[in-house]
Parts: sequence; C-alpha cells; structure tokens
Amino acid sequence: MKRPLLAAAWLLAGGLAAFTPLAARAQGSGSPTLDAVRQRGQLACGVTTGVAGFSLPDSKGVEQGIDADGCRAIAAAVFGDANKVKYVPLNTENRFTALQSGEIDVLIRETTWTLGRESSLGALFGPITFYDGTGFLVKASAGVKEAKELDGATICVQPGTSTELAIADYFHRTNMKFTPIEIQNLQEILGAFFSGRCDAYSTDASALAGIRYQQGDKAKDYVLLPDIISKEPLAPMVRKGDDKWFDLVRWTTYAQLTAEEDGVTSKNVDSFANSDNPDIRKLLGMEGDLGKSMSVDNKWAYNIIKQVGNFGEMFDRAFTPMGVPRGLNKLWSQGGLEYAPPMR
Amino acid sequence: MADIAAEAAVPFAARQRPPAAVVGPAAWARTNLFGSWWSTALTLLIGYLALRFAWGFVSWGLVHAVWSVPHNDAGQPNSAPCRAVIGIGACWAVISDKYRFILFGFYPYDEQWRPLVCIALFLGLYGVSANRRFWRRELGLVWIAVLALIMLLMHGSATLGMTVVTDDRWGGLPLTLILATFGLALAFPLAVMVALGRRSRTMPAVRLLCVVYVELIRGVPLISLLFMSSVMFPLFMPQGVNFDNLLRAQVAIILFAAAYLAEVVRGGLQALPKGQYEAADALGLSYGRKTRLIVLPQALRIVIPPLVNTFIGFFKDTSLVLIIGIYDLLQSGRAAVDDPVWQGFGNEVYILLAAIYFCFCFAMSKYSRGLERGFSRSRVR
Repeated sequence: MKRPLLAAAWLLAGGLAAFTPLAARAQGSGSPTLDAVRQRGQLACGVTTGVAGFSLPDSKGVEQGIDADGCRAIAAAVFGDANKVKYVPLNTENRFTALQSGEIDVLIRETTWTLGRESSLGALFGPITFYDGTGFLVKASAGVKEAKELDGATICVQPGTSTELAIADYFHRTNMKFTPIEIQNLQEILGAFFSGRCDAYSTDASALAGIRYQQGDKAKDYVLLPDIISKEPLAPMVRKGDDKWFDLVRWTTYAQLTAEEDGVTSKNVDSFANSDNPDIRKLLGMEGDLGKSMSVDNKWAYNIIKQVGNFGEMFDRAFTPMGVPRGLNKLWSQGGLEYAPPMR
Repeated sequence: MADIAAEAAVPFAARQRPPAAVVGPAAWARTNLFGSWWSTALTLLIGYLALRFAWGFVSWGLVHAVWSVPHNDAGQPNSAPCRAVIGIGACWAVISDKYRFILFGFYPYDEQWRPLVCIALFLGLYGVSANRRFWRRELGLVWIAVLALIMLLMHGSATLGMTVVTDDRWGGLPLTLILATFGLALAFPLAVMVALGRRSRTMPAVRLLCVVYVELIRGVPLISLLFMSSVMFPLFMPQGVNFDNLLRAQVAIILFAAAYLAEVVRGGLQALPKGQYEAADALGLSYGRKTRLIVLPQALRIVIPPLVNTFIGFFKDTSLVLIIGIYDLLQSGRAAVDDPVWQGFGNEVYILLAAIYFCFCFAMSKYSRGLERGFSRSRVR
C-alpha cells in the first residue's frame, strides 16, 4: 500500500524539481535532446578523427569540412551561435555507441545510410548531405578505361570499410577475379598504390578525386574510372524516439538547400531584409512561425545562412579546393539529387 | 741499495709512455676493427653501409630539403615545391605549417601559451624529482601542487578571468605527458599496495582480491581496456550520465599500469632476504614501520631497472588512446598529414614525433642507469 504512495510522492517531487527551473526559461521544448543541448550550452557532435573534406582540423586546430559545418549549422539553429559546438572525434568502432549512449546529440561522420543501420541501431538518418560511391583510381599507363577491364587486378583497399564489401560484391556479380591488398593506414595505402604494389586503389570516389587532384602536375598520370559500383549516401544520424530533435536536424539541412535554391548566401542574406518574396520571408523568419514550431528562434535559418552559409557554399568550401566535382550533389534543378521539401 | 737508488734517480720525464701500437685510438681500432681479414672485411662493409645511409639521410634531410613553401592570399600553403622533390628531399615545411597543431592539438590557438607552460612545468617537475638532493617528504607536496597547477592552467578558471577549455579540446604533447605522468604517479602507490596485498599471509581475502585484479588486468591487452572504457562503459551508465572520454581513458591506463607495476614491485619484495623481515620483527617494528623503513626501500632499489622499463613502455603505450579518438601527440601528428595539402609527407612528421618520444625515453633510461650506479655503490665496493 505504501509503495505507490511513495512512488507518487517521488514523482511529484522529481517533476517539480525538473520543471521549476525550466518553466522559467523555456517551458520545455518537448524534445529531451534539445533541452539537454540547451542546458549544456553546446551541441555535442560526433565527427571523424580526420577525413579531408568531411572533418579535419586545420593548422590552428579548428575542425573544417562539410560534416564540421553541419555541426555548426545545427548549433546556429539552436543557439544562434555556430561556435557552440563540442566536436567528439569518433572512429568507425565507437561512433554508434557514442550516439546510443547519449554522449553525442548527433552523428555527422561520413556515415552511409543503410537499412540495417536504421533498423537495428535505434537511429534515424537525416537528409543525405553527400552522395558518394565506390570508385577506382588506376595509373594512366595501365591503359584501363573502365572497371570491366580490372579482371585479375590487385586492388588496394582499407579493411573493415563498406568499400571492401562493395568490391567483393561487384567482382562476384561480374564473375571477375581480384586480389585485395588490405592496408589500414591512409599514408601506407597511398604509398602502396603509388609505388605500384597494386593496380588500382579503391575507396569513395570523392576521396579518390581529391587524392588525384593533390598530385598536382602528376594528376594526369592517374585515371579515375567512370564506374561507380556502389551507393554510399552519407547522412547525419540521430537517436530514435526524439522526433522534434530529428525535425530540427533534418530541416537544418533543408534550410541550407532552400537558401541555395533561392540564391541566398552568407554574403547577401542581409540584403533580403526587405524582400517581398514570401518563400524567402518565411525562410528568414520575417513571416510565420516556422522556427517557433520547432522550439527554436524564428531567425534560426537566418543564423544558419549568415554564420555557416547555404549548402553550396558549404560544399565549395570543403571540396572544391580538393578538386572533387559536385556531381550528384548538385541541386535537383541543376541536374543533381539534392532536393528540399517546401518550407512553409 | 744502489739499484734502488738508480731506479729512483730515473727522471720522471724520461719514463716512456706505452707505444702507440698498444694503446690509443689507432691501436684500439687495429685490435678491435682490423684484427683479422674477416673482421677487416666486416668493418669495411658496415662502414660503407653506414656512410651511405648517413649520406642518404643528409642529402634527403638537409641538402635537398624544402624548408618553406609559398602561401596564397588566404594563408593556405601551396605544397607544390614539396611535391616536386618527393623521394629526393624532405619537406620540413609541413612541420613549420603544422607544428602548433601537432604539439597542442585542438587547444584554442590564442590560448596555446597555457599548454606550453604546462610542458615547461612537467619538465621542471621531472628535473627536480630526478635530483636526489630533493628527495624528501616535501617533494610529494610539490608534485601535488604542480599537478594541480597544470590542471588549472589547462582547464582555466572563469573566476580568474581565464577562458575555460574543456578537456575534449586538449591534445598533443601536454596530453601525452598528462596521461603518462598522472597514470604512473597514481598507479605506483596503487601498485605498491597491491603487491603488498598479494603477499599478505594474514588477510586471505585481500590477497585473493589482489591476485584477481592483477591476473584479470594482465589477461587483456591495453587496447581492449581502452575500448571497454570508451565503448562498453557508456552503455552501462544511465542515459545522460557521462564521464568524459579522457577521464575514462586515464582510469583505464592507471588500472593497467598498476597491475604491471605491482608485479614488478612484488619481484622486489620476493628478492629481499628473509633475514631482513625477521630482523625487523626482532626489533619489534610494527607492520607499517617495517614496510616503510626496512622492506620497501630495499625492495624498490632492487627493481629500478624493471620499473624504468615499465615506465618507458607506458609512456609509449599512452599513444594507444588514439584508437578511442583522443588526440595525443601521435594522433595529432597523423591528423596533420591527413590534410590533403600535406598528404604523402608523413615521414617528416613521424621523424619529428620519434625524436620527441626518443628524448623522453632516452632521458628516462639514462637517468635510471645513473640511479642504479648510485644505489649499488655499496655492493660494488
């Protein structure tokens, strides 16, 4: 008899304790993750331990890349300050645990969206921020023009990656043979490829394009085969069960895509202050309550665009210096796959 | 009598030194390097190889090396001059561009004087502790004070008007030194207690506990402990309760180091003659005084070489934290050469890292040899 009473008393006390300070501030957003982020004052964002173009510290120790900017964009939406990010470098082994255990609020770490991951890891994938796929880099002197000519080739590949599986599947499917040379370290695998230990180096096409570009004058000695043998859609990842937080992560990317579509950039965003285009007025929070409906400031998208930029700016900053073509990551209106639902 | 007088009369200057054919560098070389045709052939071969290697290194590292590269207007370095000499000359420009990231990791750029001071404090602390003149009780207090000061400097304090830098942004050399120093400083007392506990006759429960602890920890590699602390441990905690990653790694290192050190210390305890224990008992010393005054000073002296061996091993083992995403010295160096601008210039960075590690490890081993000599003087005599 006493137990339920006691429990009720505890609940009441706990509820009061939990609500009193919050009620004064934000009335609770309805999203435990968003509340936790606000209370911490920082977004805990899982990133790579160093992959150029996605997230890599520069000489001053500041994370740069499209994933790092993705973290900044969410922070800008929540706090109005893109710098309130705590980057948590994660490797392929501990990235999902960190998300499941609540150590990070969102995982933006070059992670491929697959059914298995979404159904068994208790996680949801946001919009695809990078369409990638497995490709092959070969020496021009070998005279190989397409992947079908790689029968019997020796291929350098990093073990434990989805690339490894993709190649095995591809060669099985096409009834061809290959010898894998598995090397974990990026420097060593590049050394093996350049010194001719393997005929081809295989990984995500974006990385291959970057590696080829970095060879400077010697870039023409290497050929990136046109075949993309697997789909590697990279997307941010959040825990299941917090739909409001998922909304915010998802619409952060969509806001950046919409901005690019409407021609709004970090440089010219202030010149739209008097715009009478209703789409832009809604995007920038001059009209309607889109931000409020997600429990953030109505100027959330303005802050993202002003401080981080639109999707195209983010991509150009990360990948154009590396010589990675935008390809499938162009807007749908320009022949790519990036498409944002209407923001209204 | 006359003979003796004659001998004594020989002037000092007239005494001949041994002929150069018997002593001196030339003679040494003749006996040791060119003693037989076989030895001569080997000397020539090794000498030739050593010279070739040395010349190759000088030519690569100095003569054909690129020391700086142009930067574009945005401050981005252009590594084309380095790429032109790949395989011929070293590209030290990667170091001058990245050294602050390699040394300090993600630490905010404008605040990097703080980790620099911390490195100096660490070196000062090692220097003072190495001098036997300062070996007294106050040294323990100095250690506590300096380590606290280092923590304060690294973390910062809002009340003192310093920017707070949380430990997820620490990295590079200070982080390696923190992991190693805190790890060994805290593991050592624990190790002594475990070693004593394991030899206890009167407390079987404690002995069992110590045996289980040592065997359990020694039974798994450090990597798996780090993985446990970083991957498994958070899953056992209730949602939202998080100890930070660095603290978890530090605790794992302490537990691991303590198990190994405990076995080293136990070796010393076992090597001590039984008579020492009995003599202490005969004097009526309590267990605590016996251990403190008679047993440990002698036991620890015996185990200096294996202790230093373990210390050096652990100093290097701290670099394993890179697998759980902590940017220690090695991981910062690796991340520096992942930059597409500098991809392919790993050798230069790794040479720098190796030199840093070598300085610390060689200093430790050199010092331990001196210490051993000092301690064993009584026995040698």
